[in-house]
Amino acid sequence: MDNSTVIELKHITKRFGSKVVANRDVSMDVKRGEILSVLGENGCGKTTLMNMIAGIYYPDEGQIFINGEEVQIHSPGDAFRYKIGMIHQHFKLIDVFSAAENVVLGITDEKYDLNEAKQRITAMAEKYGFHIDCDKKIHEMSVSEKQTVEIVKVLYRGADILILDEPTAVLTPQEIRKLFDVLRAMRSDGKSILIITHKLNEVMEISDRVAVLRKGEHIATVKTSETSESQLTEMMVGEKVELNIDRPLPVDPKTRLEIKGLTVTDITGIKVLDNINFEAKSGEILGIAGIAGSGQRELLEAITGLQKISEGTVTYYHPKKNKPVSFYHKSFKRVSELAAEGAFHTKDGAPVSFEGKSAKEIRDLVDEGEIIFNEDEVIDLRGKSPREIRELGIHLSFVPEDRLGMGLVGNMDIVDNMMLRSYKRGHSITLDRKSPSDLADKIIRELQVATPGSHTSVRKLSGGNVQKVLVGREIAAAPTVLMAAYPVRGLDINSSYMIYNLLTDQKKNGVAVIFVGEDLDVLLALCDRIMVVNGGKVTGTVDARTAKKDEIGLLMTKTEAEGEKA
Amino acid sequence: MMAVQEQKKEKKEPLFHIVRRTDISTKTKAVIYAIAILAGFLISSLICWAFGEDATPIDFFASMFTGAFGTKRLIWLLLQDMALLLGVSVALVPAFKMKFWNLGGNGQVLMGCLASIFCMFYFGDLNNVILIPLMLVASLAAGVLWAAIPGIFKAYFDTNESLFTLMLNYIAQGLVAMFITIWVKSGSGVLSPLSAGNLPEIGGNRYILIIVVLFLLAGLMYCYLRYTKHGYELTVVGESPNTAKYIGINVKAVIIRTLILSGAIAGLVGFFLAAGINHTVSTASANNMGFTAIMTSWLAGFNPLLMFASCFFITFVNRGMQEVRMNFSFENDSISNIVVGIIYFCVIAVSFFITYQVVFRKNETKTKAKEEN
Repeated sequence: MDNSTVIELKHITKRFGSKVVANRDVSMDVKRGEILSVLGENGCGKTTLMNMIAGIYYPDEGQIFINGEEVQIHSPGDAFRYKIGMIHQHFKLIDVFSAAENVVLGITDEKYDLNEAKQRITAMAEKYGFHIDCDKKIHEMSVSEKQTVEIVKVLYRGADILILDEPTAVLTPQEIRKLFDVLRAMRSDGKSILIITHKLNEVMEISDRVAVLRKGEHIATVKTSETSESQLTEMMVGEKVELNIDRPLPVDPKTRLEIKGLTVTDITGIKVLDNINFEAKSGEILGIAGIAGSGQRELLEAITGLQKISEGTVTYYHPKKNKPVSFYHKSFKRVSELAAEGAFHTKDGAPVSFEGKSAKEIRDLVDEGEIIFNEDEVIDLRGKSPREIRELGIHLSFVPEDRLGMGLVGNMDIVDNMMLRSYKRGHSITLDRKSPSDLADKIIRELQVATPGSHTSVRKLSGGNVQKVLVGREIAAAPTVLMAAYPVRGLDINSSYMIYNLLTDQKKNGVAVIFVGEDLDVLLALCDRIMVVNGGKVTGTVDARTAKKDEIGLLMTKTEAEGEKA
Repeated sequence: MMAVQEQKKEKKEPLFHIVRRTDISTKTKAVIYAIAILAGFLISSLICWAFGEDATPIDFFASMFTGAFGTKRLIWLLLQDMALLLGVSVALVPAFKMKFWNLGGNGQVLMGCLASIFCMFYFGDLNNVILIPLMLVASLAAGVLWAAIPGIFKAYFDTNESLFTLMLNYIAQGLVAMFITIWVKSGSGVLSPLSAGNLPEIGGNRYILIIVVLFLLAGLMYCYLRYTKHGYELTVVGESPNTAKYIGINVKAVIIRTLILSGAIAGLVGFFLAAGINHTVSTASANNMGFTAIMTSWLAGFNPLLMFASCFFITFVNRGMQEVRMNFSFENDSISNIVVGIIYFCVIAVSFFITYQVVFRKNETKTKAKEEN
């Protein structure tokens, strides 16, 4: 097989706005019949560079050569003429069409003959070893099947150069293996494949060469066989990084949240959560694994009072045992009721009776801290709004998946975003910006948020810094339960490890941490237990210290909730 | 290989392209707007030169300034008009900040007017000490009603507020027309100014009360939006309803509360128009300020302090053009509208340069690469 160069990039530069340089003077090449990984952290310009080859963007400077001749790729149509096809991270398929219909969609230079197309697709599938059902509608397909359709779409148009943008991000370990087999088969057929990724183990497994980008610049292209994961990391980050997650054993775990039979139905009547049962314990990180959209978001939102619960209970154990009761979060009436139920003892250990005492005497006793809880308080969170939960003195912190659309307000500065949780405090009609401002400064300093100052809009910060602001605020609320959905998505390696460490610190402080993640290696290294969800059901809970990646992968696609061992 | 390269000339690379700005300094922004305003005036003066009698650009600008600042009375009128426009802008801004697109400023002001005139017409016998507060309360209530109705519908049924408020303008006009036919028996359709319930002059100056109150209100609105919990909540609701839910803001209550405030201020402007200036009402009493104020508050970036500048500017153009029209014998009002339109257009058009910038493709690297070949 000849190893001629099929794509050559020379001095490619692409800017967005006056300050952002997505790619600076990038020169690299792709050879026939090779798998080239394009490796780099989020925001390093991998996707932008590939989009320029695929005709989505046009470079500001520099040239692209295909098979030795200089080309101007102005549109994806141009790219196809040069036999380049890109499979994007977000699929561009029509849900109500079948696989075959999607494949032929937009082809204008040949007769529309679905049967012939199906034959060609089947032949292709045999050649490269993938499975595709031509008549299946897209909306009935799993993510991996949809991805196959996207790949077929590109092959069908005769592409010799395939660009895959983070193809493994949404797949289970088993599906990834299948995809890699297909890619290898295509390589043997002389096709050139570019894979955008930031997962090192996959780079090592699949690629022949690795092109590393950092901050828009091409650092080097190396042979996979002559490099190592740690060397690649160093090239990617620009410095040596310690990739260790500390995982101490949980100390004195106590049930903090108990979810029983939780069912949530969406407006169309579909059960997005179906009979979920689990417990979150203090001093422990509970991981939640699953294919994206398996009900993870709804689960966290149901606990925090943002989703209406159709069935089941969410019980919170307020750590009040041997702590004094106060009127800060409780009305006089409620305290009297609890006293009548025998929930308190006095400092000396005697039972409390308010009988025969005047309201003033009771108030004084409470204010002096004489009245102590016997046990942890049991509070039903179902049907309570986020505000009601907070007013009960319960510190549920929640780092939502949609950082700027839910956790923060993009157009507000860091100080005003700090206030979101605390602005209501006090009876004044005006805002107190002093303490939020101090908190903002503290978070900027301690979490090394790269920002011109505390009065910069969070929208202007990079993904990692936005996340530091959000996680910082949620941790500053001194939570008893901390829930984080995909907290490291889009973050660079250093920021990711900082977030892992913050979560571990919270665990050490006795917080019950719930971590929804997508990277199974991280879940296995960080969590104590991992609960796997699929289609709104819990398909299993495993011990993260002993479980295998494949085991979790199988649970992620399992449809029947059998063998559950919560 | 060189031959192949020469063949590939059919597609030229673009000379420049347009990219979104990531950031823009206040200074650049100010300069861009200043250029736009200047360009607007220049084009306008040229048009007047072409169509007016001896209206050279210098005469045009001179007339403009005479019209706006020529006499003491003109200055007071300028300030009064500016204050009214500022008042309506202040009324709209909290709703806009909440991304509630209230296009019903006209109707809300008009309802305020109508309510005051209603009191003046039916309770004209009362002493002004009782009548004027009654008028004030009636005007505020009418403005609140006209703003809160679409607010409630938005909060509970997510009804489109733009259409709703827009339609209420016509209902307000219809109500005014109806009352005028009831009140004016002659059938002329014009209600002559009423003598009851006129606002007192302060120190012999009939402008100052309105100006001071509305200017103060703009300052207070700035503080309300910037420093109060209410202002903070409505900004969060406007920026991100999901964040508002996430932190437990009662979104419905905030929408309705804000619209009540918005309507009350519009009603107050209506009260001033009725009790302090016109003493009568017509379907055009709001003077289209409900729409002009959308422009002024948008130009000011929804900042009540900057609205002083935008309201001053718009009022200056309007009043200056009245003089231009008279001096150069333009027979009807359209020249004013043309000029105002041109200046608006220029200001809006440059927002393109605020959001985007033009980048030219560099060719040096290309030649360099060729040499390497």
